[in-house]
Amino acid sequence: MDIRRRPREKSTIWPYLLLLPVLIVMLSVVIVPIINAVSMSFQSYNLTKPKKIGYIGLQNYATLLHDPLFWSSLLRTAIWVVFGVGCQFLFGFLLALVLNKQFKGRGVVRAVSLIPWVTPGVLIALMWRWMYDGNYGVINDLLMRLGLIKENIAFLSKPGTAMPSVIVTIVWQGIPFFALMLLAGLQGISYDLYEAASIDGATGWQKLIYVTIPSLRNTIFVTTMLRIIWVANSVDVIFNMTEGGPAYATQTLSVYIYKKASALDMGYASAMAIMLMLVLLLAAIPYLRNTFRDQEG
Amino acid sequence: MNGEKFGDKSLLKQKLGRIFLLWVPLVIFLLFLLFPFYWTFVTSLKLPEELHSLKVIYWPQNPSFQAYSHLFGQYNFLHPMKNSLVVAVITTLISLSVSTLAAYAFSRFRFVGRKPLMVLFLTNNMFPTVLLLIPLFTIMRKMGLLYNPASLVLSYTTFTIPFSVWLLTGYLNDLPIALEEAAMIDGANRAQGFLRIVLPLLLPCMLATGVYIFMQSWNEYTFAVLFTNETSRTIPVSLKMLVGQLGVQWDLITAGGIITVIPVCIMFFFAQKRLVAGLTAGAVKG
Repeated sequence: MDIRRRPREKSTIWPYLLLLPVLIVMLSVVIVPIINAVSMSFQSYNLTKPKKIGYIGLQNYATLLHDPLFWSSLLRTAIWVVFGVGCQFLFGFLLALVLNKQFKGRGVVRAVSLIPWVTPGVLIALMWRWMYDGNYGVINDLLMRLGLIKENIAFLSKPGTAMPSVIVTIVWQGIPFFALMLLAGLQGISYDLYEAASIDGATGWQKLIYVTIPSLRNTIFVTTMLRIIWVANSVDVIFNMTEGGPAYATQTLSVYIYKKASALDMGYASAMAIMLMLVLLLAAIPYLRNTFRDQEG
Repeated sequence: MNGEKFGDKSLLKQKLGRIFLLWVPLVIFLLFLLFPFYWTFVTSLKLPEELHSLKVIYWPQNPSFQAYSHLFGQYNFLHPMKNSLVVAVITTLISLSVSTLAAYAFSRFRFVGRKPLMVLFLTNNMFPTVLLLIPLFTIMRKMGLLYNPASLVLSYTTFTIPFSVWLLTGYLNDLPIALEEAAMIDGANRAQGFLRIVLPLLLPCMLATGVYIFMQSWNEYTFAVLFTNETSRTIPVSLKMLVGQLGVQWDLITAGGIITVIPVCIMFFFAQKRLVAGLTAGAVKG
């Protein structure tokens, strides 16, 4: 912090020159496209009906408000995020606590447990789809051997089991990232705090509640926020496992928008994407405030 | 824990504690996290009849590399691999060079507009992927870039650049400014100070950042499936293409998956320490 507070050179052209390339790129691949999307959301813009392209005012937004699929997909996004990120946090935290202990081979275990995080989303989706298979799937076989089920379950083709199944997959994918961030946080906690708690007669559980978790507050907050945004936006896992089915049971808003965009209905897809952005912005207000406060001018 | 620090009882308790609080959960976690990879690998070694036998086979009787030879023979998997490599390498080079300059500006200068720009980069991930995908698709289509690798490179910079700027700014903030100041007192100008002093020190961090960018572009599917055709298809799209109308070729998909993951894993293992340090520094502080 003290380094950054030091006064730097002011009123020179240098920083602007250095930023010029990045600003040009970001302007053309982020800012202009987003303006473009806003404009498309006010148009009938279906590339399969090119003759009908033109401004229709708020029509897309009106359609969206009366589209039951929009609302149910939004609700499924909430379920997907709450359970997905919730379990990622819970298990990621447990893994971080385990990895924070001293044992032989810890470095290797830490690196290896991160592999799900570097695996392509499509591959994750396909791997799990194969494991969930209703006829030849290994998960059915394992559950059968453990005596937990009596006959094979077609996990991904039944509305009741499809959503929990894709959530398990996203949890599997997200545990390493949480564990990694929380582990770094754990290693930053001063040992003195635990020592003091021990002297006061705190049990292991009490240390966790009164020392560990409060010390990790900021890490938990930032990591959870990043994950919420990421999971809400993710398309590839669900799309490649179920394509949002069966009967829309796993169709989150991102997947719905993606399907509309793939069908080239860009106007309606843009309107929904803007709604998704607004919802995310609303959910992330505390995060944005935090980010803004952290950056000194 | 409650005072009886000595004696057999507490020693036993400690041992049991280590088993139940360390080894048991550790083994369960590793089994859960790694079993899918084991299963992918085993599947890739199976012959089609073993794949669809009613009794699930945990290790094939005659492990076979038939799937791999099909993948590279009939399915010409080298082609998408080459496409992915081109896209990932170009994305990495562009993102790294542009972001390093920006990160240097953010780290070493105080200027009007710094804070809003930093916040913009930090919050860039708020924009839903699909929100960028839709207009980028129509823009690329109008410019005739659709199905050209350039369309993927440009799309990937939407998320790789903000992330790299953030990561590299963090790394640069940790490099003492005194180093350049000393060089500049000795008569070097700012550009020389940057090239001779900062760049060599930053290089390992740039490599780590580069690995991350490479991974992201190598793995990306959502843009790739809309922005490529048969000739420009990247690996993730090709993997999905093996899910056919008549059934899924699981042996080929899993073989392709193993081949896709291996280079990324190798790069990641070399870069992970520094990458993890950079990633966590931002979230942990404060």
